Amino acid sequence: MSGFWIMLTGALVASCCGILGCFLILRRMALVGDAISHSVLPGIVIAFLVSGSRDSFFMLFGAAILGFLTVFLIQLFQQSGVQNDASIGVVFTSLFAAGVLLVSLNAQHVDLDLDCVLYGEIAYVQWNTLVLGGVDLGPKAVWLLGITLFIIVVLITLFYKQFKLCAFDPALAAAIGIPVALFHYVLMGLVSMATVSSFESVGAILVVGLLIVPPATAYLLTDRLGAMIGLSLVIGVISSVGGYYAAAALDASIAGCMVCVAGVMFVLAFLFSPSHGFVVRKLRQRVSAAREAY
Amino acid sequence: MLNLITDPNLQWILLGSMLLGISTGVVGTFAYLRKQSLIGDTLAHAALPGICIAFMLTEVKSVGLFMIGAIVAGMIATVGISWITRYSRIKQDAAMGIVLSVFFGLGIVLLTQIQHSSYGNQSGLDKFLFGQAASMTAKDVYTMTSVAVVLIVVCALLFKEFKLISFDPGYARGLGFSVATLEQLLLWLVTIAVVVGIQAVGVVLVAALLITPAVSARYWTDRLGVMTVLSGLFGALSGAIGTWVSAGTAQLPTGPLSVLTATAVFVASVLFGPQRGVIAKLVRRRTAKRDWAAENAKQSGAGVGASAKERGVSA
Repeated sequence: MSGFWIMLTGALVASCCGILGCFLILRRMALVGDAISHSVLPGIVIAFLVSGSRDSFFMLFGAAILGFLTVFLIQLFQQSGVQNDASIGVVFTSLFAAGVLLVSLNAQHVDLDLDCVLYGEIAYVQWNTLVLGGVDLGPKAVWLLGITLFIIVVLITLFYKQFKLCAFDPALAAAIGIPVALFHYVLMGLVSMATVSSFESVGAILVVGLLIVPPATAYLLTDRLGAMIGLSLVIGVISSVGGYYAAAALDASIAGCMVCVAGVMFVLAFLFSPSHGFVVRKLRQRVSAAREAY
Repeated sequence: MLNLITDPNLQWILLGSMLLGISTGVVGTFAYLRKQSLIGDTLAHAALPGICIAFMLTEVKSVGLFMIGAIVAGMIATVGISWITRYSRIKQDAAMGIVLSVFFGLGIVLLTQIQHSSYGNQSGLDKFLFGQAASMTAKDVYTMTSVAVVLIVVCALLFKEFKLISFDPGYARGLGFSVATLEQLLLWLVTIAVVVGIQAVGVVLVAALLITPAVSARYWTDRLGVMTVLSGLFGALSGAIGTWVSAGTAQLPTGPLSVLTATAVFVASVLFGPQRGVIAKLVRRRTAKRDWAAENAKQSGAGVGASAKERGVSA
């Protein structure tokens, strides 16, 4: 049973990240997830200091606020003329530095293990269960991620056309009257929600990996956005199931193995994708060169 | 605070942080212009498997070996990023993200292997990853000095080439430079700077040393030479102030303080930069608006006069 819950959590994280990651890759903001997962640290520390408890609700709340603040600051600096990637880098490193300072300032009366907050462990998912009215309803993380996935799916299906146009041609989208900035913020808000609700249970590295690697693999396999999202979901779920078994076989970190399986699939797509693969393109070049020589 | 001048230990830390700031600031300029700001973050994370493998092979906890492992892993990571961007349609940011997460994931797998097997505890690895500027010794400062000198000399010698590939790689290729080789060399310089920085400020914050001084410098000048020097200066200044404040208080770590100082310099640059700064832009907009209004008033005044004259003629 424990294996089932771990794989289900992994698959839910993979689905949330897989959908959003496609839009991030197309908008060239792939590293936003990485930034958010680091910059929530001061939010967690402040929530802990204010509430005095390690209850995950307060931490989640603090993290969510910092997630939105990160997105807002990145956008603000970008609009004042800083390059996209540089603005991401400056914002998350300064917030993380502030978080580390807060931790060391309160080191005496804060028993906050950085590793445990930032790099949650997916193997413990099953023991942190949601109990309502005496009934055990299954792991908390599954509920949280399920709700997040539901919100993501509803919003993306409702506004699929708008998100698609904003991802490919923001100028055209603005010209035909779509509020591009609003959709940008909605997308970033969803990313920050997905990151925050996943990282406590599965760890930052799994979120970042699943946000980028499966969508990038899907990007090499298809030219249609709908198919890309579908493929990215499939690849994400395969990574989480495959990663679980690999980890069980190797007796290693589950999150690490899931990311590695996704990495292997990316390398396969990079080499052998029928449309964009390295090997296939080289072969095609050779065939056309031979034909020309002939 | 005064003991900073007299305490020899603190002098070493101060010197080390300043040298680190100079080297990361200088190479960061090129990374920023080539839109690779987040390369520092990527390489710092990608160092983990290298460090683990170095430890597994030798079973010795030595900073020198960890650094070699980290540099080798970083170089492989840069090759990976270049291949992904060159041979597929994946863009640079996604390529960096893929390399970052897959390498770090692999590193975590190796780390759990180390924990579960008979290699003993991995506490030394943690210290290397999270950075310990306060434990910097004379030996570390010698390493940093040599690294800083090498980086600055190489950047000075290849300044023209790096400038060309930062602004117009197509033209550089047309002139017959091997752009791929130069790009790779630049990335390796960044790798060395990052790996040296990791042990001082830690994996996450070393990214800031690379980006923040360069972005701040960009606000003050349009010339690459000036920008590189300024970026190095900002880096050194952040390192120095970070160390100074950290020495004055009991428990504050140097790394985050240096990063926050760099951020303060960045915010000041965004506000007060002479051409691109927010305040300069506001002032320019206001003067332009006033000039336009004045001109308009003059023209419409002239227009009224002219029409009056016409009216007078027609009457």
